[in-house]
Amino acid sequence: MRPSDASPAPVTGSFSGGFAWAMARDLRLAWRHPDEAVLTVAFFALVASLFPLGIGAEPQLLTRIGPGVIWVGALLAAFLALPGLFAADYADGSLEQMTLSPHPALGWAAGKIAAHWIVSGLPLTLLSPLIGLQYGLAPDTLGVQALSLAIGTPVLSLLGGACAALALGARGGGMLLALLALPLFVPVLIFGAGASEAQATGLSAAPHLSLLGAALIAALVGLPAAIGLAVRIAVD
Amino acid sequence: MNWFYFSSPPTFYRLAGRLAPWFFILAAALAIWGLYLGLLVAPTDAQQGAVYRVIFIHVPTAWMSMFLYFVMACYCGLTLVFNTRLSAMMARAIAPTGAMFTFIALWTGSFWGRPTWGTYWVWDARLTSELVLLFLYFGFMALANAFEDPRRGDRAAALLALIGVVNLPIIYFSVQWWNTLHQGSSVSFKGTSMHVTMLTGMLVMSFAAWMYAIGATLVRVRSVILEREHRAQWVRGPGVA
Repeated sequence: MRPSDASPAPVTGSFSGGFAWAMARDLRLAWRHPDEAVLTVAFFALVASLFPLGIGAEPQLLTRIGPGVIWVGALLAAFLALPGLFAADYADGSLEQMTLSPHPALGWAAGKIAAHWIVSGLPLTLLSPLIGLQYGLAPDTLGVQALSLAIGTPVLSLLGGACAALALGARGGGMLLALLALPLFVPVLIFGAGASEAQATGLSAAPHLSLLGAALIAALVGLPAAIGLAVRIAVD
Repeated sequence: MNWFYFSSPPTFYRLAGRLAPWFFILAAALAIWGLYLGLLVAPTDAQQGAVYRVIFIHVPTAWMSMFLYFVMACYCGLTLVFNTRLSAMMARAIAPTGAMFTFIALWTGSFWGRPTWGTYWVWDARLTSELVLLFLYFGFMALANAFEDPRRGDRAAALLALIGVVNLPIIYFSVQWWNTLHQGSSVSFKGTSMHVTMLTGMLVMSFAAWMYAIGATLVRVRSVILEREHRAQWVRGPGVA
């Protein structure tokens, strides 16, 4: 066989290649349009400021409800950031190109989720001690709070990413996404808020954090594949 | 033996039509027997008095709510793996019955809780996870119907149902894993701490709920099949009642 007849070398994809490519791309997009990330954080701060105004600003009450309010606020902010994860790529067809790429869906799906977490979950985690100070939480509780958010928000991004991919192009939009995602967020909220709650009342936060960590590991193992499959169902 | 013989919608449509009445008759007979055992024969509980008789509705419906989700998830797995049409239709047909049983379990539970716990609702692990199950059923139904293309809805909802399966062990083991107000299980494969008539009544009622669920699913899957296949020759032709 002459060299010119040889078929071109097959393009091989890899998990790490897809992961790095998708993460870099989404981070670059987020960097060029930083408003979305800023809005998420602003929403979180606003929601957290509404509770003292609505419920009353007695310091004891605020330290009591602080951990829960901060977690609920972070959860809602993470939820509201979800539609941005796939919607634009779905609308302009880049998502379809990604499913055609040689990289496994597992890789670029995980990369997109990682970028999404860096843009939404990580700022929320970093901001939470500041909000906690507004609620008069003790320093050790602030630390546990930030730690529980650091472990919990990636789970929210993964679960929410799967729901956002499933709801692509569906009637009902945001309300449907809420019905799909929020029930799945419940265990994360319970253990996340439970961790700082336990710390604030003098109990050990370790069991809650361990369970959150277990949830994160399970989500990391199972959900990127589910997200890849959901995207493939969406672009079929 | 062709295992896929009844996976053809027209064939299954006729089979379901023939079977459904028998399951309803069986369900009615079992329900009458179970209610007779539960309301008239079973002794009054020493601690709770006659209130405990809610158990003959509450426990069977709670079991069915979880079991039906599991069955639905199995059909969803078949949908995703084999891309079969009938399994997706079965999953769609099961979901409303499962949601109904979940709702009845929550409803009767709160009526049981009021006299015994002093409250209609507590946010303990068992109740919360059962409430999440109700929302999973609602989410499944909403997602399945949210697309123009029904096959797209089938597959998306199937994946959602499979993700939601993690909730089942949480519900089942919640009374052991957490220190809850909801009592632990009185029945296990090793034996029971209940009076034998109570147990028999509860099991008979569970079978009644199971048979009803099958009957209702078969009736509903017939309408799903007709709706889905309304352009097909066999639906338009004579002989389809």
